[in-house]
Amino acid sequence: MTKPGRPARRTPNGRTGRAEGLKALAKCPTGIRGLDDVTEGGLPRGRPTLVSGGAGCGKTLMAMEFVVRGARDFGEPGVFMAFEETVAELTSNVASLGFDLPSLIRRKKLAVDYVRIERSEIEMTGEYDLEGLFVRLGAMIDEVHAKRVVLDTIESLFSSLPNEGILRAELRRLFRWLKDRGVTSVITAERGPEGQLTRYGLEEYVSDCVIVLDHRVNNQVATRRLQIVKYRGSSHGTNEYPTMIDEHGLSVLPITSLGLCHGVSDRRISTGIPRLDTMMTGKGYWQGSSILVSGTAGSGKTSVATALVDSVCKRGGRCLYFSFEESPDQIVRNMGSIGFHLGPYARSGRLQFHSVRPTLYGLESHLVTLHELVDRWHPDVVVMDPITGLTSIGEPGEVKAMLMRVVDFLKSRNVTTLVTSLTEGGSPIDKTETSVSSLMDTWILLHMVESAGERNRILYVLKSRGMAHSNQMREFMLTDRGIRLMDVSTGRGEVYTGSARAIQESRDKADAVAADQASRRRLGEITYEQLALEAQVRTLQSRLAGLKQDMAMAVKQERERGAAASHDTKGLARGRSADSDGAQEGNVT
Amino acid sequence: MTKAASNPKPETWDLKLYIAGYTPRAVKALENLKQLCEEHLHGVYSIEVVDLLRNPRLARGDQIVAVPTLVRKLPEPVRKIIGDLSNRERVLVGLDLRPR
Repeated sequence: MTKPGRPARRTPNGRTGRAEGLKALAKCPTGIRGLDDVTEGGLPRGRPTLVSGGAGCGKTLMAMEFVVRGARDFGEPGVFMAFEETVAELTSNVASLGFDLPSLIRRKKLAVDYVRIERSEIEMTGEYDLEGLFVRLGAMIDEVHAKRVVLDTIESLFSSLPNEGILRAELRRLFRWLKDRGVTSVITAERGPEGQLTRYGLEEYVSDCVIVLDHRVNNQVATRRLQIVKYRGSSHGTNEYPTMIDEHGLSVLPITSLGLCHGVSDRRISTGIPRLDTMMTGKGYWQGSSILVSGTAGSGKTSVATALVDSVCKRGGRCLYFSFEESPDQIVRNMGSIGFHLGPYARSGRLQFHSVRPTLYGLESHLVTLHELVDRWHPDVVVMDPITGLTSIGEPGEVKAMLMRVVDFLKSRNVTTLVTSLTEGGSPIDKTETSVSSLMDTWILLHMVESAGERNRILYVLKSRGMAHSNQMREFMLTDRGIRLMDVSTGRGEVYTGSARAIQESRDKADAVAADQASRRRLGEITYEQLALEAQVRTLQSRLAGLKQDMAMAVKQERERGAAASHDTKGLARGRSADSDGAQEGNVT
Repeated sequence: MTKAASNPKPETWDLKLYIAGYTPRAVKALENLKQLCEEHLHGVYSIEVVDLLRNPRLARGDQIVAVPTLVRKLPEPVRKIIGDLSNRERVLVGLDLRPR
């Protein structure tokens, strides 16, 4: 017997073909920023989704965005059935988000109904069903050919209609009916006590997809979160995602789902400090990299950040400056004093400040704000000055996680990030408060040295991924024409800065002069000695010559004296008629 | 004049019964209602039966969710009674024909 179905067919890329054969779960995009990423495409199409949360979590807003964005952006008309707010209230509530409900209703893209039941005027006299609700809903769906339905918050029926048993059975029938009609629906529900998802156990009936919204206060700072508790037949992000509500509606940040797969740039951008560029192989930071500038109080962190901003704006780029300690005007004024005139850039819109105290809102909101601004405005550089203040609103771990998200997000957009971090005096200088240094590509360290009654700034590049950066310390000077980096004096094996450097330099100069003189003196001595020796040599040579002469003279005299003596002897012999050898006589002359 | 004002019954009773199709429950409710009106409101009532399956838009005006729903439009104030009206005592209370 053959088994044609086995083994599983494999697609060309090696995965099993199971998903091909079965129809994958269709999704219905919500258009809510981030939510579609987290749900990998949207809510389950044709099925109900439960959105649960406490009061003020944004349930109604999320549901409203779902239908309005569906009608406006995805061509899917919707029905919104409200049990708690009137149509007029809903209309004015979402008008601030730019949602024009009356226009959508006029154009038959949206139907809104308000269901109100006064418990006090109702008398229960026997069995009933919810067919009235079905009819109303059905009529609206038919009217606009709705693909999306919202029931907000249907649970309120429990408090206004008697006989819970009938109600439960009818709701079960309602959700079944919605599925049969093929509409994608969102049912909101109030969170129950003791961690229950809903007050009346609706999750029992609506169980294809459950989203929980949360709004909690930590250290007096409120943060919103969203979690997908359940999603039948689909994978989804399981984390709690930071969420924010602002003038554009709800946004969810799917940041933790980012992989480390961002592309990198081959371009470099100037640091705005010529000597610092030189220290970084002459070109400055990598574009799209992350830079940490850490240092003690007053060591010039903001100035280094401003130098980059100034340099980028000067070249026509755009900068986003998150200031957590100073107001924009204060930064502009203060940086003007060291020659960076940011005012014109701020006015022309190339530089945008965002100055808030870190404690204004939660970490997530800061994160969302950053996302918003970056997405809307596409800056080349983002500065966060300083990140240290953020630790006051979150645990160090959370802050680090948030910064990781920021860095990853900005890297994925090829935005250069510069953050400054304050190092506590007394702690090791290469320790940063939020221990974020490992996230950073480039780390510039500033610190103060005290010597000879002065405090002076020192700058060095502690690390810089992807370049052969200088290992030198530089004295960092803030002048009224910008930042100057000076070589530090390293005479006698120590580092000198400020006046000590100046003193050391002049001392060095004096030493050099002395050494020069000494060597010149030595040269003179040698020359003199040489001359003296030469003179000696000459004397000796002349003495030698004299001796040679004397010698020759002496030899000659001796010979003459010998000849004279022989002659005398012959004469004497002759006179004495000596019988000596006659032949010998004849040879002598 | 004073006699007419003290008498609660001489006004007209305007009653609407909302149903969604003539289901057994709807039929039962209508029978219960007719019987009750004949006994207590003879000659001063009118009953309008609204079938929401035919006129779904009418459900909105009276905020109908459950069916059957009996709405007392007149005399005011408006009263709503849901269910098949089988509990006669409750219906009478609901219609203010018997003190609560």
